[in-house]
Amino acid sequence: MAAITLRELTKVYPNGVRALDALDLEIADGEFFALLGPSGCGKTTLLRTIAGLELSSGGSVRIGDRDVTSLPPGQRDVAMVFQDYALFPHMTVRDNIAYPLRIKKVGKADRQDKAARTADELGLSALLDRRPGQLSGGQQQRVALARAMACHPQVFLLDEPLSNLDARLRLEARTFLKRLQRELGVTTVFVTHDQAEALALADRIAVMEGGRIRQVGTPTEVFRRPANTFVAGFIGSTPMNLVPARVRGDELAVAAVRLPVPEDVRGELTDGEQVVYGVRPEYLDYSPEPASGALTGQVVVVENLGSFSLVSLDVPAEEPDAGATTSVQVVVPEGREPEPGDTGWVTPRPGRSLIYRDGELIGSTAEAAVPAPRTGVGADA
Amino acid sequence: MSTVTPTADETRTEPSRVAVRDVLARIGRYVFLCVVLAFFALPLLWLATAPFDDTPTIAASLPQFTLDNFRALLDNPYAMTSLLNSVWLAGGTALLVVTFAALAAYALSRVRVPGRDALLYGLLLLSSIVTGTATMVPLFELAFRLNLIDSRLGVILILTGGLLPAAIFILKDFMDATPTSYEESARVFGASPLQIMRHIVVPVVRPGLATVGVWAVANVWGNFLVPFLLLRGPDKAPAAVIMYTLYTEGGQADLRLLSTFSLLYSLPVALMFVFVSSRYGFRFHGGIKR
Repeated sequence: MAAITLRELTKVYPNGVRALDALDLEIADGEFFALLGPSGCGKTTLLRTIAGLELSSGGSVRIGDRDVTSLPPGQRDVAMVFQDYALFPHMTVRDNIAYPLRIKKVGKADRQDKAARTADELGLSALLDRRPGQLSGGQQQRVALARAMACHPQVFLLDEPLSNLDARLRLEARTFLKRLQRELGVTTVFVTHDQAEALALADRIAVMEGGRIRQVGTPTEVFRRPANTFVAGFIGSTPMNLVPARVRGDELAVAAVRLPVPEDVRGELTDGEQVVYGVRPEYLDYSPEPASGALTGQVVVVENLGSFSLVSLDVPAEEPDAGATTSVQVVVPEGREPEPGDTGWVTPRPGRSLIYRDGELIGSTAEAAVPAPRTGVGADA
Repeated sequence: MSTVTPTADETRTEPSRVAVRDVLARIGRYVFLCVVLAFFALPLLWLATAPFDDTPTIAASLPQFTLDNFRALLDNPYAMTSLLNSVWLAGGTALLVVTFAALAAYALSRVRVPGRDALLYGLLLLSSIVTGTATMVPLFELAFRLNLIDSRLGVILILTGGLLPAAIFILKDFMDATPTSYEESARVFGASPLQIMRHIVVPVVRPGLATVGVWAVANVWGNFLVPFLLLRGPDKAPAAVIMYTLYTEGGQADLRLLSTFSLLYSLPVALMFVFVSSRYGFRFHGGIKR
């Protein structure tokens, strides 16, 4: 078990692409840590650099109290599970799990015994003599995990651990993975492009873009108070509404409506300033009747998402651009969906609105003192 | 309504005419295939019957069964040793080709070399020249200077040189189709490059190695020119060369010996083909079932 410390970590590929740009990051001992970002953001490069499969162009990697920056992967005491699991197709499950021990020159009987015990922990005992080609995707993943566990590494590195599984199996594997990590208590870093996966699994998340880390925080922090508009748009199954707004004294002019400035940023705004008003669709309440302090507009699209619907409204823009409209999305519980063409009113819940200036959040990214969230989406609307 | 009736008639006759043309085309195709098949099958049929015939001719016929031909062949001082010589040459060449081609293909597949594909295609083009007639004089000269005349090693080296480019080309495809994650996974566990090669790469591309090995053996087995020119005496000559000596005193082809020897000559390669194919399955492109 060990912490991981990255200092000024930089990776520049020979073709000039800056995949990692002076990254600083600390991953605590025993933490389940997610590297999240769109494809090409450098998250996989970062994972491979920690593993030693890529050599950094600058900066340092420390695992525990050892500087491993220039050590080959085999000496870093890490285990990696690849996206395609990389199980050796010509070996049985038993030999696959025992392979790291074979490299460590453990005797044949000992390593087979150890492989059998590890397989038992993951419910793979019945599959020991099969080949990877005869296993389902979920079983292959567990074999890959068992192989990684067999050598008792200080750090687990998982590359897109769930992306090769079908949707149903993915949920099952997610729960399994989280429980396994809890039980083993080994520092685990995983890469994903799926924000829901990162929110569900990780203790902390680093959201990356263009080789830089845009925000590090717990799932709650990243979800409730995204540090910038990039994170705000990336996190959440429905992206945050980001509406241009202007400060007017104690109020904000948002889409032709005046809303009070959120309490926590009241002192930090100057009159007349152009900002972005952000609120999640989940934190807006839809009403078919006029309400005070509500944005109003025409319903354009209703998307049924099971127990709730995502309703898009065209809201008239702020005064200077009279005539133009901005799209605002709101989550409406089942049974209350409006029809396209209806006029609707949406009220932001108190304490859930965020103000961004030049793309950065105003105020602290840590959870501010907000009223306890109401349970259920718009339960009393 | 009157315009509708003729159209309906037309659509009724049209399909039947198409059907007749279809059947005729199919008959034509089958007749053509039968002729082609017979053209290739007759020599094989001859090979199966002539060795057991008392008085074989160049026609395939029901044999007057006898095993005398085999006895006669055993009396020939060079026939059996020549088959052994063929095994030596083919085996040695196949071993060198597979070993060097595997190493080269792995390196070419994993390391970025500028102009790699041009290099491969260039080699492939040149390789058909190396063992061809055109370079025989310089090759003979080279072998002479290196003291490799009348040496099996000389023959093996020249044949290896000729086969390597195509072998590298085939094997590189297999290596390309093997995911690098296998090797990276082994590397993270601490395996050395040699261990990765031995534990992972070679077993995974084994069907490719088998294919190239069989292909090399078959090539050497059938090669006449190189051993004919480089080996002096009949005691080192392989079967392909000895075949050339099976004539009667009158200069006529001795069909009894020739047919029998031909059968013995083709059996090992055919058997090897069946064995390797059943064991590994032949594939000329890479990839593993996962």
